[in-house]
Amino acid sequence: MSPTMSERYLRAFTETMTMVSVSVAIAIAFGLIFAVTLVATAPDGLYPKPKFNKAVSVVVNVFRAIPFIILLVALLPFTRFLVGTTLGTWAAVVPLSIHLIAFYTRIAQVSLNEVDHGLIEAAHAMGFRRWHIVRHVLLPEALPGIVGGMTVCVIAMINSSAMAGAVGAGGLGDLAIRYGYERYETQVLFEIIVILVVLVTTVQFGGEWLSRRVNHRR
Amino acid sequence: MLWKSAIARDDRLRTPIQEDPEPALNHIVFERIQKIYPGGVQALHEVSFEIRRGGIFGIIGRSGAGKSTLLRAINMLERPSAGRVLVDDIDVGALAEPDLVALRRRIGMIFQHFNLLSAKTVRENVGLPLKVAGVPAPEVRRRVEDLLDLVGLADKADVYPSKLSGGQKQRVGIARALVHNPEILLCDEATSALDPETTHSILDLLRDINAKLGLTVVLITHDMAVIRAICDEVLVLDGGRIVEQGEVWQVFGSPQGDATRALLRPMQHGLPADLAARLLPEPPKHGGHAVLALRFTGETHPGGVSLASVLALAPDAKLLHGGIDRIQGHAQGDLLLAVPVAAMRSAVGARFSPDALKVLGYVANDV
Ligand SMILES: Nc1ncnc2c1ncn2[C@@H]1O[C@H](COP(=O)(O)OP(=O)(O)OP(=O)(O)O)[C@@H](O)[C@H]1O
Ligand SMILES: [Mg+2]
Repeated sequence: MSPTMSERYLRAFTETMTMVSVSVAIAIAFGLIFAVTLVATAPDGLYPKPKFNKAVSVVVNVFRAIPFIILLVALLPFTRFLVGTTLGTWAAVVPLSIHLIAFYTRIAQVSLNEVDHGLIEAAHAMGFRRWHIVRHVLLPEALPGIVGGMTVCVIAMINSSAMAGAVGAGGLGDLAIRYGYERYETQVLFEIIVILVVLVTTVQFGGEWLSRRVNHRR
Repeated sequence: MLWKSAIARDDRLRTPIQEDPEPALNHIVFERIQKIYPGGVQALHEVSFEIRRGGIFGIIGRSGAGKSTLLRAINMLERPSAGRVLVDDIDVGALAEPDLVALRRRIGMIFQHFNLLSAKTVRENVGLPLKVAGVPAPEVRRRVEDLLDLVGLADKADVYPSKLSGGQKQRVGIARALVHNPEILLCDEATSALDPETTHSILDLLRDINAKLGLTVVLITHDMAVIRAICDEVLVLDGGRIVEQGEVWQVFGSPQGDATRALLRPMQHGLPADLAARLLPEPPKHGGHAVLALRFTGETHPGGVSLASVLALAPDAKLLHGGIDRIQGHAQGDLLLAVPVAAMRSAVGARFSPDALKVLGYVANDV
């Protein structure tokens, strides 16, 4: 028995949410680590390592430069190695995460770099060790930007995950293409657009609210 | 008593430096300090001087003279290119990171722009230096409460810094700087962003702290009134070199360097412009007044000047302009007098030395 249309919607929605939440979680964790590494090892950072810094920065740029759909194909062997298959939702999570790590690293890096140098100096003067400065000064002070960046990431992921249909990952975007584009069922296309707009708007407002909550600068 | 609180004796806050039973007179010693910034700017040229224990030491100089560079060498926020800074005879530049961290906990610092963490409340800002040093939470809490009482901000403990005025932020900055019971307090233009009244209250607080805790205060300011109000000693820096150093009353009373005179000019009661425009080098043929400057350098009239001796110049001598300050017990300033040429007795030289009383010039008719 073939699934009803509403079952198809529910499944596509679940697939999209899985891809988005898992890859965002992975990207934020690794992106933050890379961003802190980049900021800390910068020539004027807490642990200056200019050569290492340059190398990490180049790697991040490479992944930033590759369009997602190409990255998806290029990473197929790596994906197979990691999840054992190149098809399905979990196979899509791999390129999505890697694409997003590079993106989020830069966002978080900008927020961390914007922390007033005077605060770092004051922390040194008060006898903070360097990791205290990362933990108690850099990260908390950059938090509003870090949270704001997460919102941008979630929305970017909702978009990119539509393309993951190419590896049979399913999701709302895939449903829209298969029914709306290939079978000319404009009703489906329209409904999915409405769902996506509601989703993106909710994420945007939720993110802004959270950003305001953690911002004590005014 | 607040300052005998347990934290001060906490082993974790101890540095490898042992306290002398009889501490040396000099607390901080600069030995031929040079600083060349990357890019080639030489900010300091072989600067050597000492800072006495327990005093308030001022550093003045025009913008770019190297004041901040000098101050920041004390806690190695800026490493000198050559020379040594000794704090309690310890060469600060030679310390490894853990020892430098320990030393920095004995040196508080406050900043022009306060540098409070925006993501933390007042209480968290003040307590954080103790927290990262591993002091247990209940002790941190007690100590923070004591300090907020001291700076008069007990009711703002749970407020974020963005909700405070500039003066209140600086009080938080001071509380935070004192949290480790430091022996030295460094202030880089700590009152420059504050209005005059707030400046006054912050200066009172600093003087209070200096007196109560006996800590050595080193401060940079562009405001000569700050030096006059609270400093014991002052160092004048220009182009990375020391112009002069000494007791405030001496340096302010008889400045030796051009740079010092330039810095002090706004404070002095010079000749008002309208009078200066009418001043003649010679007495007019008939009538007219002599304009005299009675100078108080701190040495010229140590016990003040009796009005009788002023009147002795001429019974109808007039006070025109000026003011006298008492700095560290020494009278300082200028008084401009007008004396009718006809009535002026030749006794000027007999009562006042030429240094103390100068004829600036003459005006025709009335002043
Ligand atoms: N990080 C830096 N890199 C390069 N040059 C610097 C740096 N910091 C200061 N300088 C230069 O060193 C000199 C002394 O600077 P410093 O900040 O010590 O002056 P200052 O007396 O504190 O001035 P101000 O009263 O304006 O604060 C200046 O010529 C300045 O341009
Ligand atoms: Mg300065």
